[in-house]
Amino acid sequence: MRFSGFRVLKEGLTGNKGWTPHWRDPDPKPEYDVVIIGGGGHGLSTAYYLAKEHGLTNIAVLEKGYIGGGNVGRNTTIVRANYFLDGNSEFYSHSLKLWEGLEQDLNYNVMHSQRGLINLFHSDGQRDAFARRGNAMINQGDDAVLLDRAGVEKILPYLDFDNGRFPIYGGLYHPRGGTARHDAVAWGYARGADQRGVDLLQNCEVTGIDIEGGVVNGVQTTRGAIRARKVAMVVAGRSSQVAAMAGMRVPVESHVLQAFVTEGLKPVIDHVISFGMGHFYISQSDKGGLVFGGDIDMYASYAARGNLPIVEHVMEAGMTLMPMIGKAKVLRSWGGIMDMTPDGSPVIDKTHIDGLYLNCGWNYGGFKAVPASGNCFAHLIAQDRYHPEATGFQLDRFRTGYGVIDEEGTGAQHNLH
Amino acid sequence: MRVAGKGLLNTGRSVPFTFDGVRYDGIEGDTLASALLANDVKLVGRSFKYHRPRGVLSAGSEEPNALVTIGSGAQKDPNVRATVQEIHAGLQAHSQNRWPSLAFDAMAINNLAAPFLGAGFYYKTFMWPKAFWEKLYEPVIRRAAGLGGLSGENCADEYERAFAFCDLLVIGAGPTGLMAALIAARAGADVILADEDFRMGGRLLAETYEIDGLQGHLWAEQALTELGAMDNVRLMTRTSVVGVYDQGTYAALERVGHHKPHKAGPLECFWRIVAKRCVLAAGAIERPVAFRNNDRPGIMTAGAVRAYLNRWGVSPGKAVTVFGNNDDAHRTARDLLDAGVHVAALIDSRHDAPNFDGAQLMRGGQVCNASGARGIDAITVRTASGEERIRTDCLAMSGGWNPTVHLTCHMNGRPEWNREIAAFVPKPGAVPGMVTAGACNGAFSTADCLQQGIDAAKIALAELGLTAPDTALPDADDAPYRIAPLWAVAGKGRAWLDFQNDVTVKDVKQAATENFRSVEHMKRYTTQGMATDQGKSSNVGALAVLADATGRGIPETGTTTFRPPYSPVAIAALGAGGQGDGFAPQRYTTSHKASVERGAPMVEVGLWYRPSFFPKPGEKTWRQSCDREVGLVREHVGVCDVSTLGKIDIQGPDAAAFLDFVYTNMFSTLKVGRVRYGLMLREDGYVMDDGTTARLGETHFVMTTTTAAAGEVMRHLDFVHQTLCPELDVSFISVTEQWAQFAIAGPKSRDLLNGLLEAPLGEDWPFMACGSVDLMGVQGRLFRISFSGEHAYELAVPARYGAALFRELVARAEALGGGPYGMEALNVLRIEKGLLTHAELHGRITAFDLGLGRMVSAKKDCIGQTLSNRPGLKDPERERLVGLKPVGAIKQLMPGAFLFDKDAEPVRVNGQGYLTSACYSPTVGSTLALAFLKNGPERHGEVIKVVDHLRGLETLCEVVDPVFFDPAGGRARG
Amino acid sequence: MRLPCPICGERDRREFYYKGAALERPAPDAGEAAWDDYVYLRENPAGDTRELWYHDGGCGAWLVVTRNTLTHAVIGAELASEAKA
Repeated sequence: MRFSGFRVLKEGLTGNKGWTPHWRDPDPKPEYDVVIIGGGGHGLSTAYYLAKEHGLTNIAVLEKGYIGGGNVGRNTTIVRANYFLDGNSEFYSHSLKLWEGLEQDLNYNVMHSQRGLINLFHSDGQRDAFARRGNAMINQGDDAVLLDRAGVEKILPYLDFDNGRFPIYGGLYHPRGGTARHDAVAWGYARGADQRGVDLLQNCEVTGIDIEGGVVNGVQTTRGAIRARKVAMVVAGRSSQVAAMAGMRVPVESHVLQAFVTEGLKPVIDHVISFGMGHFYISQSDKGGLVFGGDIDMYASYAARGNLPIVEHVMEAGMTLMPMIGKAKVLRSWGGIMDMTPDGSPVIDKTHIDGLYLNCGWNYGGFKAVPASGNCFAHLIAQDRYHPEATGFQLDRFRTGYGVIDEEGTGAQHNLH
Repeated sequence: MRVAGKGLLNTGRSVPFTFDGVRYDGIEGDTLASALLANDVKLVGRSFKYHRPRGVLSAGSEEPNALVTIGSGAQKDPNVRATVQEIHAGLQAHSQNRWPSLAFDAMAINNLAAPFLGAGFYYKTFMWPKAFWEKLYEPVIRRAAGLGGLSGENCADEYERAFAFCDLLVIGAGPTGLMAALIAARAGADVILADEDFRMGGRLLAETYEIDGLQGHLWAEQALTELGAMDNVRLMTRTSVVGVYDQGTYAALERVGHHKPHKAGPLECFWRIVAKRCVLAAGAIERPVAFRNNDRPGIMTAGAVRAYLNRWGVSPGKAVTVFGNNDDAHRTARDLLDAGVHVAALIDSRHDAPNFDGAQLMRGGQVCNASGARGIDAITVRTASGEERIRTDCLAMSGGWNPTVHLTCHMNGRPEWNREIAAFVPKPGAVPGMVTAGACNGAFSTADCLQQGIDAAKIALAELGLTAPDTALPDADDAPYRIAPLWAVAGKGRAWLDFQNDVTVKDVKQAATENFRSVEHMKRYTTQGMATDQGKSSNVGALAVLADATGRGIPETGTTTFRPPYSPVAIAALGAGGQGDGFAPQRYTTSHKASVERGAPMVEVGLWYRPSFFPKPGEKTWRQSCDREVGLVREHVGVCDVSTLGKIDIQGPDAAAFLDFVYTNMFSTLKVGRVRYGLMLREDGYVMDDGTTARLGETHFVMTTTTAAAGEVMRHLDFVHQTLCPELDVSFISVTEQWAQFAIAGPKSRDLLNGLLEAPLGEDWPFMACGSVDLMGVQGRLFRISFSGEHAYELAVPARYGAALFRELVARAEALGGGPYGMEALNVLRIEKGLLTHAELHGRITAFDLGLGRMVSAKKDCIGQTLSNRPGLKDPERERLVGLKPVGAIKQLMPGAFLFDKDAEPVRVNGQGYLTSACYSPTVGSTLALAFLKNGPERHGEVIKVVDHLRGLETLCEVVDPVFFDPAGGRARG
Repeated sequence: MRLPCPICGERDRREFYYKGAALERPAPDAGEAAWDDYVYLRENPAGDTRELWYHDGGCGAWLVVTRNTLTHAVIGAELASEAKA
């Protein structure tokens, strides 16, 4: 079924009786060309692009719960391309371009809203670092504007310019940055993949990966054994466990990142604001809730829930930056499991096992990567060659020290960023 | 209307307040909701999507409809539940989400468009033309969204945070909680009893039954009197426990000032309660039944109608109908009749409903419609004999009760379905240290609640090692709770599940049709349960409808996850103290006051404040001051407070061996009385920090770190010592704040010091020497080190002498033609010498990149040594430190610019490196920069292009050695 | 979250700094694989794990804490200086 305003009108006039499932619930086939483990944003977009761009349709996405139930369904929905190191720059730039045509491509309104993102800085040194970032963005062909204090005041007049602990010197403005409706991204890709023949198998947990003579040939699942020529692991939050099924250890530690949403409020914040000094970022959803978050809780966790010290720290940061949000009430908090890598950058690579591919390590920035991650991972799976915009995310960069992509500069070691 | 002789509002004092500008009178002890109902105000709000008129549904914090804005200006507080807000003199409440008025809301047009606004409609449209989303569709949607609004003004109220510790936290002060608290308190436990209400007693205040022959509320009062008299008990009213965290940590919000007309003291306090054990006695929430137009104002939960009648002496209607599927609903009809209120009908959907005297009982009946847009005027009842219209101005409905299991789910516990009560109950042990009891545990008779309260307290006491006193179970109602599930009445039209978000039975069914069959999918697709009430009264009903639509049972369908907070908490409360300067500590040097007096702008350096420059009369720009200060250091002598650098005192027989392990270079070979520059790596081989370390004695060193890394280095040293080499006999401590330290730099620095020290410095004070000195009776430490390239010293004294010493040094410097210098000049001086700060040491840099590869001694192991030898970390292609000097017409250089080959297009793939530091050097008479450039040291003499897109600059530069001034270093040594 | 410091007793998580898996540092010549294992690759268990915490808001002790990453239950803590294998 093709969605359109006309279709909504027609269904509305005929009692909304004609709607059909967004996707099928097929039974597993005994064999697929490609089995994708993980029905999150990245797994679904991988399936979509395999089908759309590489003509592979005998594909299954295996999801242990419901599709889109992982981090794609619990994040702060920010979409941006403001990286500055080789490897990241071209990749996120590629991703943003895919975002910019996503609704039309998927025939699904993911509400990608390029309302502009501002990274604030609070010292000369930080301005210099953001200047490097902004110049790198322009080198890459993306957009960036360096704002001074007055420039920030003009677009974000409600920030506390007078009393905040860290005075605002200016900001790096990324007009094409923004947000999207996170669930819709998963559903749009799922629907698009399903329409191209991909089997989405929910409640299908992988319990083993079948490898013979260094070649992968299928998986064991709670819904039976499934043979496959190629197997792709895309299971952020569980990367270590699934990789262990293939006898691998990955450079990942799992951490909890909390996020928060307030009750619905009339529009008050029109941009995405990032306050790095306070580890705080915020936007307002189209429903009116302030959506915001901060740093990870800083301890290994698979609990998908956090603790109060970070909750309070995030709120303190909000209060020093924009005390006008004080009366907004936090409605809900949640925690996602982050694949934290040593350098804060992801892995899209083959493994030492023939036919087994790995996509992991998105740290706390996986949402904006969903289109390009799937697009580039599909390219790698289909052609066994890196996509030209995703050559930097190789697994052995840590071992060799070549091409480590440490955006934060806090150290390419665990738990330093 | 008030009902004579009913209610517990003892004082009877009248309290005036306004709602939408109209003055009303309530009675002390009223909530805004009870006061409005007493004044026969039924229309209180509008729904989120369809702007349907709404009235009060409940009598508690679960209220989805009656949300109002309280106050105005900076005090404006949106989305306040009228059922929780206490009235006080001068209270101003306003309805929300309506324009121009509550009664006539233009956006109610949405209600007519409802067929086109069903579940997920927005995912299917608004895509064409592409550019219209941001320009047209989204702005329209955004304007329509939201309920209340923020004032836009900075928060001006006081909020607070606090910690509390106890043996036992009892959550909920109904019969269960009171009983548990009594037992635990009598046993001597340190008890906190917290209740979200402003009056403790829970349902005992809302019901008419007796305990031990006393009316319920009197029994509660008796229990509270006993508890209140005990030192080991804290009673926390108006305190909602909103979150459960690890190791017995509970988050609670106390509403301290919302009920007071004059706001003295904090408005709210956010508590972190650490409890060894917890008894959850949170009660239950009644659920509505879905039927056509069940959202009309005047349709309320049956328990709420009882509460308004029995506690507040208010009947929400003159001719009330009652509709339920359980015995409990009968109580509402009974209490109304006893109070003299007309009950038009009691409709019980069960064919085997018990008898009822005093009103018409319609067994097997179902309410299938309601009329009256701004207030219900009639209902339609369907029975076996057909449909019948009954005039009524209030319908009390009960679909049964849901135990308040929310807090048991905060640590990922999943509640379990209990068929007998058709509700979810907590999974035992869901929260370590928490016992659930009473209605939240599925016990619905008062006798059962009291018994479970006793039992829960006994379990907690046993685990605390305390003995429970013998306590007899009080005599109380033990009528069984019987229910036959009824979730949604079949029929046409819209039947609401989630009132606030306007989610109807149709929406849930459509979601199922579109294959959003997982309960999480349904929730996200329809937005059911995502409004401000978090689906407290709608989740189970929606789930049941979904289960039905998908042909599954409720347990197989599962629940969504309840997450903190239980009820919404203001950001100002959670972040209390963070506003303004409170967000982070402020660290001041001993010279702060003197610097400010000299007019120096103080800038943040980490948590510290340091002077940027010291302006002189006539200087109009910072550059003028900076150039002058650079000159006075190069020509005379300058004084600069460098106390913010980290200082770590290291002592012990193995101190030298320890330093050899943490620094790349050798310190065991350093002579006593000498200082050495040290480079510290992270274990991954990248540079962590640098600084000088002085050997004051055979077993005594003082290490300096950069300002930014002081804490990190201290932690690192502790880590290395305690986990990697605990056998080394070495101790260390941070003395950053114990010593004030000043740089005295310039050709006349020795002259300045010799005028100050008891003993003048002789020839035995060469570059990199250190030792004790006496100055005016104070023992200080002197280090002949230089961050400016000049003959220079750093003089340290105990911090209490810092302020005096700074003034003395500055005065003496000025007498010699010099003076104080700030961060700007310090930066220029170090760039001229190619010395490093965190602009260069930004975490991605190796010793090799800095040209310091040889400092990584191959003769010994040190932290980071092994991995620094990876090929990727010493590849000549890496971006490596160079100096840059402009050669073209444009001379301006800014940090953050990128380097390109002279004729290359300035795009990413052509990038050759980037600029880290730049300044105008008055000494060299040129703009200078430090940069990292691919193959840098091999490219000296090459002309490259520096591009700063952001500031529209393109400059040609020559690649040079990073030491621009006095490369031989004679000035520092001389 | 609260952690039992062997020196100070049970304290709030706010007082502690987290470092991660408690691993033994290889010898300098242990080879590339051993160092890759130590600095980068992780077991990252979903269950009990031994990890390093620093009581920087307290006594300055480095601790080896045994903790469950699924439930956050703390099973025990010892001083790193004594836990060294």
